[in-house]
Amino acid sequence: MMNIPILSLLICVPTLGALFILFTKSTEKYNSHKYISIFISVINFILSIYLWYNFDNSNPSFQFVEKREWIYGFINYKVGIDGISILFIILTTFITPLCILSVNSTIKNRLKDFLVAILIMESLMIGVFCSLDLVIFYLFFEGGLIPMFLIIGIWGGERRVYSAFKFFLYTLLGSVLMLVAIIYIYWISGTTDVEKLYEIGIDAKYQKILWLAFFSSFAVKTPMWPVHTWLPDAHVEAPTAGSVLLAAILLKMAGYGFIRFSIGLFPIGSEYFVTFVYVLSLIAIIYTSLVALMQVDMKKLIAYSSVAHMGFVTLGIFTMTQQGLEGSIFQMISHGIISAALFLCVGVIYERMYTREIKRYGGIVEVMPKYSIILMIFTLGALGLPGTTGFIGEFLILIGAFRDNFLVAVIASFGVILGAAYMLWMYKRVIFGELINKDLKNLVDLNKSEIIILTLLAIPSLYFGFYPEPLINTVEVSVSNLINNYNANLEIYTAHNE
Amino acid sequence: MITDIYYVIPEIFLSLGLMFLLLLGVFKKNGSSVVYNLSILILIISVPLILNVPTSVELLIFNDSYKIDYLSSFIKILIVISTLFVLLTSSQYLKSIKIFNVEYPILIISSIIGMMVMVSSNDLIVFYIGLELQSLALYVLASFNRDNILSSESGLKYFVLSALSSGLLLYGCSLVYGFSSSTNFSQISFNYDQSTQGIIFGMVFILVGLAFKISAVPFHMWAPDVYQGSPTSVTLFFAILPKIAALTVFIRFLYTPFLNLIDQWQSIIIFLSIASMLFGAIAAIGQKNLKRLIAYSSISHMGYALAGLTTGTNEGIQSSVCYISIYLVMNLAFFSCIFMLKREDKYYENIEDLAGLSKNHPLLSFSFLIVLFSLAGIPPLAGFFAKFYVFMAVIEQSMFFLAIVGLLATVVAAFYYLRIIKVIYFDDEVDKYDTNLSIGLKLSLIITTTLILIYFIYPNSLIDLVSKINLV
Repeated sequence: MMNIPILSLLICVPTLGALFILFTKSTEKYNSHKYISIFISVINFILSIYLWYNFDNSNPSFQFVEKREWIYGFINYKVGIDGISILFIILTTFITPLCILSVNSTIKNRLKDFLVAILIMESLMIGVFCSLDLVIFYLFFEGGLIPMFLIIGIWGGERRVYSAFKFFLYTLLGSVLMLVAIIYIYWISGTTDVEKLYEIGIDAKYQKILWLAFFSSFAVKTPMWPVHTWLPDAHVEAPTAGSVLLAAILLKMAGYGFIRFSIGLFPIGSEYFVTFVYVLSLIAIIYTSLVALMQVDMKKLIAYSSVAHMGFVTLGIFTMTQQGLEGSIFQMISHGIISAALFLCVGVIYERMYTREIKRYGGIVEVMPKYSIILMIFTLGALGLPGTTGFIGEFLILIGAFRDNFLVAVIASFGVILGAAYMLWMYKRVIFGELINKDLKNLVDLNKSEIIILTLLAIPSLYFGFYPEPLINTVEVSVSNLINNYNANLEIYTAHNE
Repeated sequence: MITDIYYVIPEIFLSLGLMFLLLLGVFKKNGSSVVYNLSILILIISVPLILNVPTSVELLIFNDSYKIDYLSSFIKILIVISTLFVLLTSSQYLKSIKIFNVEYPILIISSIIGMMVMVSSNDLIVFYIGLELQSLALYVLASFNRDNILSSESGLKYFVLSALSSGLLLYGCSLVYGFSSSTNFSQISFNYDQSTQGIIFGMVFILVGLAFKISAVPFHMWAPDVYQGSPTSVTLFFAILPKIAALTVFIRFLYTPFLNLIDQWQSIIIFLSIASMLFGAIAAIGQKNLKRLIAYSSISHMGYALAGLTTGTNEGIQSSVCYISIYLVMNLAFFSCIFMLKREDKYYENIEDLAGLSKNHPLLSFSFLIVLFSLAGIPPLAGFFAKFYVFMAVIEQSMFFLAIVGLLATVVAAFYYLRIIKVIYFDDEVDKYDTNLSIGLKLSLIITTTLILIYFIYPNSLIDLVSKINLV
């Protein structure tokens, strides 16, 4: 394999781009900054595809590992990927250029700062997905708070200050306990290197408490019921591009964290708390679906649907079955694409009408036929119609759940029905019916760039819906390796106790 | 005896320089800017002089009353360099509020000579002389803007309360002397009987006096008023230098004469630490004045620095010294930002004056952003590492309660730092501020902000320096 530090490049390129933009000037007429940042993020996307191309699916260990001494004798800068993380990296590099592309007249002031924030965000998110040291992971994980706080706070809607504060303080509160846990892991195991910790394992008697500390951070970020309340607020107030980043990638950091750290490092803790996670996930699925039904604001509805979908994800992860885990990863990727697209769709009509209230719309199929078709694709994707990625994810998760616990699976299935209900109902109220509101008559259909962005999102969502093989193949070996490790650990533990 | 002088050349040089400046100030008319620049020069020269002092072994000189070791030299360098920055940043400020007098740099230098004596002292009497030398200069500095009623008030307040605490401290010293029949730090620990209550009483009085100097809760009452009332340049001085010195003295006391009493003082320091972290974080929420806010913020920062000392380990001391070093850089950067809020010779110091700063002054706002997030301890900025080291040391000793309370306090503290950022970035703009600022101010802002921002690239730089501190 080649010797270029490709992962570090992936992390650094957006930051360097952001610095470049920060120190250059742009004219009103020709906005070079936007093109530069699109260029940079596309380069990153190409790099990540190159990474995927060179990635060895059959190898369960970490690949492209880079290691440098960072704090002597204590923490190493260590990055590497396996089948699970590579998909999230590609998701990140895929969504970011689209995000930047979608930035238009709505970001009126300080476009430059906005682009800088998004690019730095990209760096940090890629860092989260490939760091193999707990401290490095924490740095990336928490560092993301700063740009996101600014994105919501500066370019957000009316209640942006409240939402930005809520977002920041909730997540910070969740993660301080994780920091204590990370430091404690260092003192009991002598290292924070994830690969080494996988090998030597963590003393069983500490696993439950450490699991809880990590859980507190990931649960807030996922978000799981009952700490999900920051998400609707943050989504509603964030600008479209911010919502897209938040839904598509930021939420996935926690799901990824569950797989990589909670299950990987604390098998005994995870096993102990399975029921707990099941209960919270089921509440999230059913309760937030019901809440979504009652929403009057489209963005809020999609935000609540995100919570429900992430409920499926956590459920699938903790079934600890091959199908459940693959399904969860698939669901995260699928949700990343579909929710991004849905937020963009809401953004499209918001930019025309400056309202997201569902009842102000109705019958816009008459004036916006193209929009209606595209929104249809993503609505069906969100409710998990066969032929879209949403279906594969939910289906695999439910198979996994049935293998583990019949009752849980049955209850979760109701969530699927509710999901169909609120998505279709929203679609009906917005698109069909009679065109009552006079203002709507002047609506203009999608313009070229909007069509390009949304089509680019629709293609993978349909393609992988019909042909999920490439994604499943990539994760398969890593997931089975993870599950084998997990079971081996549990066996040792039970044998030890007997 | 005479060879001992070799090791105190920096102190002697500063004292001679001080006397020379005093004479120059008396005989030369309008000599304030000459004196100011010369004092900067003297400070610059004293840096290599301190570096020149050998620190490889611990040296006790002047009948074991004065200690030269790595810790003392490290702290002296910190003191001199940060004083240098204080002088660089504040000259323009002093000129515009018309207190650019000869006495100002002279008082500052005499106060740092006191601090240098404090951090090197190995004897109760030498320590007390150093303490009083720095305090007396600080009383005058606090009320330096004598036409301003707030400044006079703060000077008086600081004097009265500080004298009270010095009294307590002195009483503690006399008790310790009475029960151990020695004033020498190294001797004391051998001489006392651990079961006697007297020595513990003495220790508590000394700790109270020192806690007052670093404004740890519940001995913090003076800090907000003094910080707000003093001229901003003096506030900056107050916020960092006496704290560095007093914290070092804390280390000296706890780890030389009272090391055997660790069970007794550990709970006291834990209480001081937790109370400071929580109180500082909560009380700052309602503040409107930036200087008052930074007073509460520094109270809570001292709580974290003390948390490192509770451990009784070398790692703990190192983490505290690390914390205070990063803290002083952050404070320098924060005050450099405040000095820039100037419009037609009037300085602004309320949070609302920052409204919409980001629209007119993007770079200044960016510096504010970096400094505030760093003060809040958000990675990957330097402030995070400061807290990280402290909690590493604390958790090593399995003091989870302290660690978790401390980290929860950072969440509360994050709220008020975020509030300032909110005002800067989210609110509507007010008028522009002046941009014709002095080079020294700009330079120090750039240097400190860059240090905070890029610290994470090479964190070993600081760790290597502090890891040589080995006291236990």
